[in-house]
Amino acid sequence: MSRIANTFKALKETHRKALIPYITAGDPHPDLTVSMMHALVDSGADMIELGIPFSDPMADGPTIQRASERALAHHVGLSHVFKMVKAFREKNTQTPIILMGYANPIEAIGAEAFVERAKAADVDGIITVDYPPEECMQFTKLLKEKNIDSIFLLSPTSELDRVKLIIEQASGFLYYVSLKGVTGAANIDIEQVKSKVGIIRELTDLPIGVGFGVRDAATAKEVAKISDAVVVGSRMVQEIENSNKDNLIQNISKLMKELREAVN
Amino acid sequence: MKPYDMPDEKGHFGQFGGVFVAETLIEALDELRMTYEKYRHDPDFLKELHYDLKHFVGRPSPIYHAKRWSDRVGGAQIYLKREDLNHTGAHKVNNTVGQALLAKRMGKPRIIAETGAGQHGVATATISARLGLECVVYMGAEDVKRQAPNVYRMKLLGATVVPVESGSKTLKDALNEAMRDWVTNISTTFYIIGTVAGPHPYPMMVRDFNSVVGVECKSQMKEMLGRQPDVVVACVGGGSNAMGIFYPYIDLPDVRLIGVEAAGHGIETGKHAAPLTANSPIGVLHGNRTYLMQNAEGQIIETHSISAGLDYPGVGPEHAWLKDIKRAEYVAVTDTEALNAFHSLCLTEGIIPALETSHALAHAEKLAKTMKPDQVILVNLSGRGDKDINTVAKISNISL
Ligand SMILES: Cc1ncc(COP(=O)(O)O)c(C=O)c1O
Repeated sequence: MSRIANTFKALKETHRKALIPYITAGDPHPDLTVSMMHALVDSGADMIELGIPFSDPMADGPTIQRASERALAHHVGLSHVFKMVKAFREKNTQTPIILMGYANPIEAIGAEAFVERAKAADVDGIITVDYPPEECMQFTKLLKEKNIDSIFLLSPTSELDRVKLIIEQASGFLYYVSLKGVTGAANIDIEQVKSKVGIIRELTDLPIGVGFGVRDAATAKEVAKISDAVVVGSRMVQEIENSNKDNLIQNISKLMKELREAVN
Repeated sequence: MKPYDMPDEKGHFGQFGGVFVAETLIEALDELRMTYEKYRHDPDFLKELHYDLKHFVGRPSPIYHAKRWSDRVGGAQIYLKREDLNHTGAHKVNNTVGQALLAKRMGKPRIIAETGAGQHGVATATISARLGLECVVYMGAEDVKRQAPNVYRMKLLGATVVPVESGSKTLKDALNEAMRDWVTNISTTFYIIGTVAGPHPYPMMVRDFNSVVGVECKSQMKEMLGRQPDVVVACVGGGSNAMGIFYPYIDLPDVRLIGVEAAGHGIETGKHAAPLTANSPIGVLHGNRTYLMQNAEGQIIETHSISAGLDYPGVGPEHAWLKDIKRAEYVAVTDTEALNAFHSLCLTEGIIPALETSHALAHAEKLAKTMKPDQVILVNLSGRGDKDINTVAKISNISL
């Protein structure tokens, strides 16, 4: 069983929900990413979603765009991201790491080399924002061979047939995008999420994570009631943006703890 | 020979094209694809489209024999397809009229567009005004500066122009921002993409709407000369004017097709916008797979061209395909060569071409010299240069 599946299983046994913070690798500085990851785990993160910086993050709102720009100012690319995950694994072999990014950096090094290197770094799952299932069958197969989970997005606009198609390809968990829009766009409509998640549940045993609009502890709490995992992206990145070198770890730890308390 | 019939059902031109977008956009693209399938051969739709092309755009545009310029250059005869004479001054309007009619049928009250040179933005603002639709145009902050007259034209036409400050502040960033708007406002909004890029069905649909250019050329050339040209030349930014004139000629193997990219300061300097000529690697951007200017880490790199409309790191997927199957050839000309051709056409023919178009003219000039006087080059004169006079004046150290 994959580390992600194990984590969900363990959480389920204790009736807890997974909390997954998102940070962009290299934001605000590549030297800080690994210690930030440890701090997030120490403060209650069950898994970490680590963004691969990209020059053209089409599905992201301004907050995560700026995170990418800060990381790119330090020339952070996939080779650094793999190094960071490796460094993280020196002290932590438990917490699943999910890479989230866009297709082009992956294709630039080649799908096979990417999967090889992700495995070597001990990455657990991949979300490729602009790879709908039809366009990445081969990539998904390569990941599966290496026991790396392919995590796909589902959206409020996904028709039932598509949900089924995606479920066939997906492993680890399903990532339900809670709103029409880019990351960090607006507030979640909990009732709408609830009904859609209900429909998806009928079709699969895979855990369902919800993200893209979780702005505070109160929303996280509501989302946790109707899902298996809560992803907090733009809010976490905002905290990073508003911190300086000296209070960064303290601030993100505090936010993480608040979220943890709300979700428990 | 089997007639050319690309793309496949999923929008692939061989390994190029496709639909590389976040799940949140899939349904909107499906809806668009189905709407386009429904209307592309619908007699009422076509009747309305042709009415607008004739009475609003002013089609057919003439073909003009640039005799004095041909004599001056020496060699082949150069003919110009006068897309600059269209309403709004470029080929872009052919596509916007088509897509706007689809938007109307889909009942979408709001139109968005990205623009580089501003020609597509102006064409979109124009048709939106005519149909009474709200219009928002995204334009890189850099381009807002260098295409000021077009920005004002869009405003006069009632559009909101949003300067895009992210990334390189040019066309690619405007496209990113328009996509973000679309995903956020999907139910009310129709996104009119201005070139043969983006996810399927855009590359196919934009090509189809622009292919009126090539279709007219075929019958006009026949009428004028009793034969087709030896070579067809067009500039390539995303590639819509080139696809428009190439497409009807693809199945005529005796007609050479040449796309001209922007070599900027020179291919060897790295400061250019010529992914095909520079043999850039294949990548994924803006919803399709194509040749793409990028670094080793897969980050899109900054492009350079004197003309905002060619300042784009990728190229429409069908051009990538035509290059690979060797049906079309791709070359590049520098800023300086384009400027020289610009002045040359102004002075010998009394036509002020767009800087984008001047790239095609510069290559036609080079090529003509190597050809015989009874041979024919047809250039897509994709747009007029009124929008560029500030840029050209500045280079000549003249303040207007
Ligand atoms: C006159 C003119 N020609 C050419 C282009 C380049 O676009 P495409 O390659 O899609 O024809 C533009 C774009 O703005 C333009 O305004």
